[in-house]
Amino acid sequence: MSIPFILFFVFAAIAVLGAVLLILAREPIHSALSLIVVMVSLAVLYLLLGAEFIAAVQIIVYAGAVMVLFVFVIMLLNAGVEERTNWSKMAKYAGLPLAFFLLLEIAHWMWRSAIGTKIANGVGAVNPAAVSTVDLSTLLFRDYLFPFEATSILILIAILGALVLAKRGE
Amino acid sequence: MDFIAQHAVLVVSLVKIAVLLFVVMTVLAYLSWFERKVVAHIQSRWGPYYVGAHGLLQPLADGIKFLFKEDVTPPASDRLVYILAPFLALSLALTTLALIPFGPTTVQVLGQPVFIIANSNIGLLFLFAITSIGVYGVALAGWSSNSKYPLLGSLRSSAQMVSYEVSLTLSVVGVLLVAGTFNFNELIERQRGAFWHWNLFGFGHGQVTQIVGFLCYITAAIAETNRVPFDLPEAETELVAGFHTEYSAFKFAMFFMAEYANMITVSCLATILFFGGWLSPFPDSWTWQLYLPGAGLLLTSLYCLYDSIANMRGIARLQFLAVTALALGGGAICLNSSVMPLVQGPFWFVTKVGFFLFVYVWIRGTLPRFRYDQLMSFGWKLLLPVSLVNLVATALVILVRHG
Amino acid sequence: MSVVPISYYLVLSAILFGLGVIAFVFKRNIITIFMAIELMLNAVNLAFVAFARAHNQLDGLVFVFFVIVVAAAEAAVGLAIVITIAHNRRSLNVEDVNLLKF
Repeated sequence: MSIPFILFFVFAAIAVLGAVLLILAREPIHSALSLIVVMVSLAVLYLLLGAEFIAAVQIIVYAGAVMVLFVFVIMLLNAGVEERTNWSKMAKYAGLPLAFFLLLEIAHWMWRSAIGTKIANGVGAVNPAAVSTVDLSTLLFRDYLFPFEATSILILIAILGALVLAKRGE
Repeated sequence: MDFIAQHAVLVVSLVKIAVLLFVVMTVLAYLSWFERKVVAHIQSRWGPYYVGAHGLLQPLADGIKFLFKEDVTPPASDRLVYILAPFLALSLALTTLALIPFGPTTVQVLGQPVFIIANSNIGLLFLFAITSIGVYGVALAGWSSNSKYPLLGSLRSSAQMVSYEVSLTLSVVGVLLVAGTFNFNELIERQRGAFWHWNLFGFGHGQVTQIVGFLCYITAAIAETNRVPFDLPEAETELVAGFHTEYSAFKFAMFFMAEYANMITVSCLATILFFGGWLSPFPDSWTWQLYLPGAGLLLTSLYCLYDSIANMRGIARLQFLAVTALALGGGAICLNSSVMPLVQGPFWFVTKVGFFLFVYVWIRGTLPRFRYDQLMSFGWKLLLPVSLVNLVATALVILVRHG
Repeated sequence: MSVVPISYYLVLSAILFGLGVIAFVFKRNIITIFMAIELMLNAVNLAFVAFARAHNQLDGLVFVFFVIVVAAAEAAVGLAIVITIAHNRRSLNVEDVNLLKF
C-alpha cells in the first residue's frame, strides 16, 4: 500500500462522503459545505494525477468563487430547512434502487470496458510527472485560442445577464 | 537513527512544522503588542506599559484572559457551522505559511531544505487558492451567528474580500511574466544582485519595474485582510463588531489570530515578490554585511541595558535585564563564524517582513476608514483597471524587448 | 504497482455522477438542485483529467479549464434567475414554480 494509493482512497472516500451528505443534508447551507468538501478533495485527486494547474484553478475558481456565490445566495434568500416530503411509494421502492442500479452499472462498465483495461495500469511504472504550466498555456493560447476568446465573450454575456436580472428583480 | 535517515522527508518536515507553528504563534501574540504600542505612540500615549517591562507580558495576559473567559454560544445558531468558522479561518491562515521560503534552499539538514516546508512548483498559485477559500471563514461566521449585525458584516466583508482578490491576483501577474515560474525560490533567485535587481525597481537583465504592481498589490492586500482603511465590516462604531460579534473567548481569539496571520502571509508575499525575499540589499561582494545580524542584536542589547538601568525600577528592571541578556546571547551566537552565513537569509527576510508589518500598523494609526460604497467602487473602478493596465504594459515591454 | 490505475478514477467519477443524478432528481430546493448539477460537472471533470493522464495528452486539461469557466458563467446566470424566482414566488421549492405565466 504505497502512499499514492492511500491518498487516493482517503480522498475518494471523502469525496463520496461529501456527495452523500449533499443528498442527505436538511439545510442548503450544509449541502453547500459538503459540495465544497467534494471540490477540494477532487482538487487533491487532480494533484495525484499530476494536473497541478488544474487543481489550483479548481480551488480558486470553483471552490473559491462559484461556491462563494452559492453561499451568498443561500444567505441572502435565507433558505431555511428543506421541507420534509412524503416520497411516494413509487419513488421510495422503485426510484432509489433504480438510481443506484444506474450508478453501479456505469461504474461496472467503466471498470470492464476495453478502454479501461487498456489503460488500467496508468502510465509506466514511475509516478506521473506533473504537467508544466508552460505546456498547458501554450496549448491553450495556440491551438485553442478561438474557444478561449469565445468563452471570454460567454463570461461577458453572463455578467450582462446577471446584471439585467438583478435590476429587474427589484 | 536509521529510521530517521530513511524517512528523512517525514521527520524533517514534522520538525520544521512544529518549529514554524511555535514561532508563528509567538510572533502573532507579539504582533498584537507591537500594534498597540505603535498606534499608541502615533496617538501620543504609551500603550501597554505596566504588565511586564514595557508591556511585554501583555500578550501573555491577553492569552490567559481569552482562555478563561466564558464561552457563550447563541442559542439559535447552527452549532456545526458556528464552531467550524473560526477553525477554518485560523487553519487556512496558518497553512499558507508552509509555502513561504525564509531562507535559501542550500541550507539543508539530512538533504531537506531547512527554510521552506513545501517547495512546490506552483507555490504562488496555491497561496492564492488558499487565500480564496479564506472567504468562507468570514461568510460562515456571520451566517451561523443567526443575528442581523453579524450577517450584514459578514456579507459586506466577504463581498469586499472577493472583489479585491481579483486585483490582488492581477497585480502579481506582472512579476510572473518577468520570472516565468510560480516557484518561490526561483522568483527570488531572479532578483539576485543588489537592491536595484529587486522586482520593485527592476534594473536587472530582463526585468521590468513593478512599482505600479506593488502599489496595487499593497492596496488590495490591505483590503483583503480587512484592515484599516478597509475595515468597515468590523468597525466598532458601525456594525458592533461585524461578523465576530457573537463570538467570545477562544473563538474570538482565533479570528483575531487569523487576521494577524493573514497580515503576516501577505507581508511575506510582498517581500518575496517585490522586495527580493531573503536576499540582502547590498551586493554579494560586500562581506562585511555578514556581521550585520550580530551587530544589530548587540546594539539592541546595549540599548536595552541602558533603558533598564536608567528608566526602570523593581521587577520591570529585572525583566528587561533578562531581555538584554537574551539579545546579547543572540548577538553572540550570530557572530559565531559558522552560524553567520546561515543566519543571513532569515535575518533579511524577517527585517523586510517587519518593515511591512510596521507600515500596516502605521497606516492603521493614520488613515480614516472608507465607506462601503466608496470601498467597492474603488476596488472595481480604479484598482482593477490599474492592475490590468500594469499587466498589459509589462507584457508589451517584454514583447518589445524580445520581439 | 505503485501508480493508481486510471480505471479507479473513472469508477469514482461514475459514482459521483450517479450521486449527482440522485440529488438532482430527489431534492426539492432549487439551489440544491443547482448544486447537484455542479457535482455532475465535477465528476465529468475528473474523468477528463484521468483520461488526459492516461493518453499523456494535455487536451483533456484544456477542456477541463473550459468546463470550469462555463460552469462558473452558468452558475452566475442561474443564481440570478433563482433570486428572481424566489422574489416572485416567495418560495424556493421547485414544485411551486408551476405556472407558465406569473
